Formats: sequence, structure tokens, C-alpha cells
Amino acid sequence: MTLADLARGETAKLDKIDTQDPGVIRLMILGMVEDITVRMENIAIGGDPLEVGFFGSSVSLRKEQARHFKVTRITAGD
Amino acid sequence: MIESTEVKIPVSGIGIRHKARASIALIGNPNAGKSTLFNRLTGLRQTTGNFPGVTVEKHTGTVQLAHSAINLIDLPGIYSLDGTSTDERIAVDVTLGRVPGTDRPSGLLVVIDATHIYQGLYLLEQLLELQLPTMVALTMIDVATANGTSIDIDALQDSLGGVPVYAVSSITGHGLDVLKERLEQVTTIPCPSIPASWPELSETAQQISQQLGQDWQRIDVIQALLQTHPGFAGKLGDLLGQDTVAKLRLKLFGDAPPAAAEARQRYQWVKKVIAQVQEQAPLYSKIGARLAQWTNRPWPATLLFFAVLLLVFQAVFTWATPMMDAIDGLSSGLGRWIITQLGDNALSSFLADGVIAGVGSVLIFLPQILILFLFIIILEDTGYLARTSFLMDRVMRTVGLSGQSVIPMLSSFACAVPSIMATRVIPDRRDRIATMLAAPFMTCSARLPIYALLIAAFVPDQSVGWMNLQGLVLFSLYLLGIVGGLGTALLLKSSALKGPKPHFMLALPEFRTPNLQTVAIKLFDRARIFLKRAGTVIFVVAILVWTLAYFPRADISETLPSVNTSESSSQLDINNARAAAQMEQSWLGRIGRTIEPVFKPLGWDWRVSSAVIAGFPAREVVVAVMGTIYAVGSDADDQSLSEKLRSAKWPDGRIIFTLPMVLGLLVFYAWCLQCAATLATIRRETNTWRWPIFAWLYMTGIGYTGALVIYQVGSLLT
Repeated sequence: MTLADLARGETAKLDKIDTQDPGVIRLMILGMVEDITVRMENIAIGGDPLEVGFFGSSVSLRKEQARHFKVTRITAGD
Repeated sequence: MIESTEVKIPVSGIGIRHKARASIALIGNPNAGKSTLFNRLTGLRQTTGNFPGVTVEKHTGTVQLAHSAINLIDLPGIYSLDGTSTDERIAVDVTLGRVPGTDRPSGLLVVIDATHIYQGLYLLEQLLELQLPTMVALTMIDVATANGTSIDIDALQDSLGGVPVYAVSSITGHGLDVLKERLEQVTTIPCPSIPASWPELSETAQQISQQLGQDWQRIDVIQALLQTHPGFAGKLGDLLGQDTVAKLRLKLFGDAPPAAAEARQRYQWVKKVIAQVQEQAPLYSKIGARLAQWTNRPWPATLLFFAVLLLVFQAVFTWATPMMDAIDGLSSGLGRWIITQLGDNALSSFLADGVIAGVGSVLIFLPQILILFLFIIILEDTGYLARTSFLMDRVMRTVGLSGQSVIPMLSSFACAVPSIMATRVIPDRRDRIATMLAAPFMTCSARLPIYALLIAAFVPDQSVGWMNLQGLVLFSLYLLGIVGGLGTALLLKSSALKGPKPHFMLALPEFRTPNLQTVAIKLFDRARIFLKRAGTVIFVVAILVWTLAYFPRADISETLPSVNTSESSSQLDINNARAAAQMEQSWLGRIGRTIEPVFKPLGWDWRVSSAVIAGFPAREVVVAVMGTIYAVGSDADDQSLSEKLRSAKWPDGRIIFTLPMVLGLLVFYAWCLQCAATLATIRRETNTWRWPIFAWLYMTGIGYTGALVIYQVGSLLT
């Protein structure tokens, strides 16, 4: 599954990141790299964009980029 | 260490001013509390200028220390050294000493937000490659403590290879004394060694830099290898051979893009350090968490957004009115006083109708602009603006833009000038230009007087269902502006400015209480920039319009009889008739008459054409010009001018202001770019005349076409 498939409030570990998309690299620079735990903080009306939290930070991204992050779900959402 | 013969005196009490000896760059992530720390350290001893060639403001200030002073350069917030937006690039270039006219800083004060050390440490590790004396201010330590996060400062310093770290809170002032004391030695602290996050890269770069000699510092080689500086990358390939460089890259980065490899490598180290130095790493900061959680839910967030919007609009349009009326009254009062003092001649008219009216027409916008800025700065500093971008991204995507274009577009409901400046946060140039060209469509406050006049005069004051027809028309005009702007963005993004879909990547800060001093300084700063940028243009334009309307002088006795043929001229105030006669044969009137054929298909006579022409440099003058042309005086209330407009006729007796003509005129004003200040600002921000010229031709074109279609079709129907 990818980051785009997480429901609001779910946490997951980032597994493998496809670095083809330049937008994905910007997200990696913000700290979204392999092996960190992220939480799906929020999903905007219409299902896009997404807000992902990690290490006390929140970052918004679009589903298009989120699909490039393979994840393993850790806990279910609220 | 050299012991100086010191005499301990409370410097603050005596107030000795030291001359700054060293230049230190203040650098850190966005929202890390950098500006607040800057203001805390420098107080009001700061200046704002511009970096050459770009529009990013350069904030510098002097920090008075006990025995010396240092010069502090506040740089825009960045996340890494491979900046993509204008703000980011300038921060990188200044730090690396690549900006002409700005010396390479002799040290760095890196600001890290204690609640976001993850991203802060990443940037710090990149900055350590600069080999400059570096000091860290760990800000918001009070917020971190309140969140239950504790940071072992000693352990952190050890992980950083001895780079000194000072915990401070800019809000409470905690730790600032210690930081100031240590800043005294900032240039003498040893340069940091090889940063621990990616020693392979640093060591490789170090060796190459030694091999290549003086011209190549370690950071230059690193930027060449990482391909973050294309010039260096090319040169390094020439010097070492492309094969060697390719092999080095393969060894260091594998087959990943260099930036991705760097993020993986350094963040892995950052994660380890955080595990060692930080107790409890909450997934999401707890401050304001409940409020944030509720307001973040899509529907409450949308409701809140409209409530905030309503409040801001209400404030901009009602709170400012008394101040605007006062400025208006003051400038026209002063003008009348000058005319009574000096008599009616060219000098008094120049002073009263040119200079004073010109200054007044600049100042009249200030109340609205200040209120708008105040709200935007507060919303910005609480972290709400970023939330708004998140909320509205979906809407903006339909026209090919991202949520980052929302704030500029909203600001332009007050004035397009600050809104065009606010587009700097948009990283992609194409998206930025599309936003700049869409923003002037939004109904700015300068359009309101003409809307108010025409609606009051020609739209019946009756209700349509539960709404008032006049209000409905005004609302439609706002809508027309929005449709025009968004349509333009869509058109441009699918043609001339076509590019990859904009990414929407934004760090969303949590809610914070804004710092009053910072808000005040920012407000003052933006007002000053507005006055300088827009004010000078509006003023010059006012003088120009006065000149065109004043010269050449009319021979009153000759022209007077022709002024008003249809109405009983005996009722007219003789002065107003004179002014109207003057206007008719002035340069402006002549231009109006010459150009009448162009506007005739829209149903405009020479008087409307003259007023429209006068409004091209600055649309706000149009009501005053109409007042003069229709011989009710430039200060006339809307009532008498409305009556005049209603009874205005063509020479053959047909009424000029028919409903189709008025609606067309309104559409023309909604879409036409009649503002030299906006054009000048687009020129400044894009650094080319191409876009302002395009914007003017395009907006004037569709304004004209809109008015033409409405008038012609409407005239057929009625």
C-alpha cells in the first residue's frame, strides 16, 4: 500500500520511496525518508491534499506524490 | 585566551554604541522564530534594503553587545541549501557569499526550533559544510518544555562536533543574555570539522578542494557533486574529467538523484541524534492541539475560513472608512484653503488639485492596506495562512495552480500591489506569473467608488427575493472579477505558462501566539514598501492627469455657452461650468474627443471616454474626473453626479447612460487593468516588461470586448 491509501489518523512506516518525481525529492528534503513513522493527520475535502505528520512537523502534499511512498500500516486511525 | 583589561560597567545604563565589526547571517527553517529572535537581538536598530537584482528585502540590524557590536543579516527561511524559490535562493547565495554588494558573512547564527529539531538539524548539517564559525540558537525552548519534550543540550553539542548550542525563548527572553554574551566571540570560535551526518561526502569534497586549490572550497565541491549549482558542476567535470566525477557520484549516491541520497543519508543521522538527545518525540506537537484538531477537520475548517474571510473583509471595508473619509476631507479642505489663499491660478491649482490631491490619493489607501496587512501578518504568524493554502488547494488546482496562490489572490481584494509582492512564496516561476496576472482581476478597493456611483445611479433600489438588487449587482461584479482572474490563470496555465502540474508541498506550522513586536515591525515595514512602490507611481500619475486636464487653458467666455445645451444652465454653478468647459478643451478632453470613435461602439461619448482615459494610469481618479466633466465639481457628492449622469444625452437627444451602456462600463471596470502601480510592480517582480505589457493589453482587450458585447446585445434587446 502507499501513503495515499492511509485513512485519517492512521500511522505507518515509510518503506520504499520512488524518487522519479521531483516533488518527491522536495518531500524527502523536508524529512520524509525511509524508515520513519508518519501519521495521516488530515485529508482535505475531496480527498486531496493530504497532511502528514512526523517528528513534530506537519507537511502537506498531494495524493499524486503520496503514491510514490510505499508504506506499512502500523495502527488504525481514529 | 587573551585577557583584556576590563572595567565592568553596566553598558545598558550608559549606552555606548559600538560599531559593528563582523557580519553574521541569521539562518534557519521557516517559522523557526528567526524574525522574532532578530527583532529581539537588534531592537529597532535595523534597516531594510534590497538584494541587488532581486526583489527580496534585505533586513540587517546591529546587535549591541557588552564590548562590541555585530551586524546581523536576517535571511529568508529555508529547509536546505538547494533552494528552489526566490527567497530560498537568495538565502543560499548570501550565505555562500555570491551576492554582489553583500560580504560573505564571517559567521552563522543558525536558528533551530526546539519543537522541530528534525528539519533544523538537517539544514544545520548542510550549513556546517560552509566551514564558517557557527553557533546555534535553539528557539521556542519554552514551547518544547510545555510539550513535555526535553533536549539534552550537552549531548547535542557533542553530536555536532562541538558546535555551541544555546537554548533561548524569544517570547520570555530566556537565554538571550547568554546568547548575546557568547555572540561576542562568534568569529573566533573554531570552524566546525567534518559534519558527522555524511563524512564520506565531506571528506571526498575536502580532498578535492585541497587538490584544486584556493578557488574551490569544500562547499563548492559538494554543490558541484550534488549538482545543486550547475555552474560548479560543469567546471568540476572539466577539471577532473567527466568520467572521474561520474564515478564519484556513483560511489556516493548510487543510482538515486543526489538530493534524495543526501536526504536519506543526513536524515538517518538526524534520527539517531534525536533518539540520543531528545526525550519523548511526540508525533504531533501538543500545543493548541485540540483547537488545531477541531479546526483541521475539513468542514469546520472551511466554515472557519469563511468566517475569517468575512471578518477581514468587514474590517478592511468598514473600519477603514472613517479614516479614509478623514483623509479625503483633509486633502480637499487643504486644497480649497490653498485656492482661497493663493487665488485661482495655475500654481494654486497645481498645489491643490495636483500635489495635495495626489498625496491624498496615495494616503487614502493606507488605512485599508494597513488593516489588511495587520490581519495577514497576524494570520501568517499564527500559522493560519499555511492552513488556508491547504484548504484551498483543491479549488486552485482546477485552474492549474496550487494552494499557495490563495493568499495573493485574497490580498488583491484590497490592492493588487501587495498581492503581487506576496506571490514570492510560490516556488514555480510559471505558477507565480499566472498568479500575478490573475490577481489584478480581483475587485480592489480602487474600483469601489466607480461601482458605487454607477450602481447607485442606475440600478433600482429594489429587492429581488430576499436580496437587494444593488447588492446583487455589486456581488456579481466581485464574482466577475474572480471568474476573470481564475479564467485567466486557467488560460495561461494551459497555454503560455504550461508546465508540470504544480506540486503542493508545504510545511504546516502549528498554531502560535504572534509576537506583538514582530507584528508591529512587519506592519511598519510593509506599509513603508507600499508607500514607496505604489505611492510614488500613484503620485506621479495624479500630477500627470492634472497637467492633462489643466492645459491648455480655455477661453471661458467663448466656450461657456456650449457647455450645456439640454439643461437649464442657469441652475449650474458658474465655477463648475467653467471647470467643465476647461475640461472639454484641455488635452484630456481633446484626447477624449479624438478617441471617442474607439469607444463609441461601447456607447460612450467623449466625456466618458475622457474619464476612462484619465483612469488608465490610476482608476481611482475616474469619479473625480467625471465630477469635473459633468460640471458638478470634483468633490461633488454622488447624488448630484448621479442626476447629471442620468440626464446626459448625445447631441441627437438619445440618453447616454442606458442600462446596457452602464452594465458594459461596469464590466469594463471589472476587467480592465487601469493601474500603473500594478504594472510597475509586475515589472519589478518579473524583471521584464513583457508580462506587464501583456497583462495590460490582455485585460484592456477583454474589458473592451466585454463592454462591447454587453452594450451591443443589450441595445438590441431593449
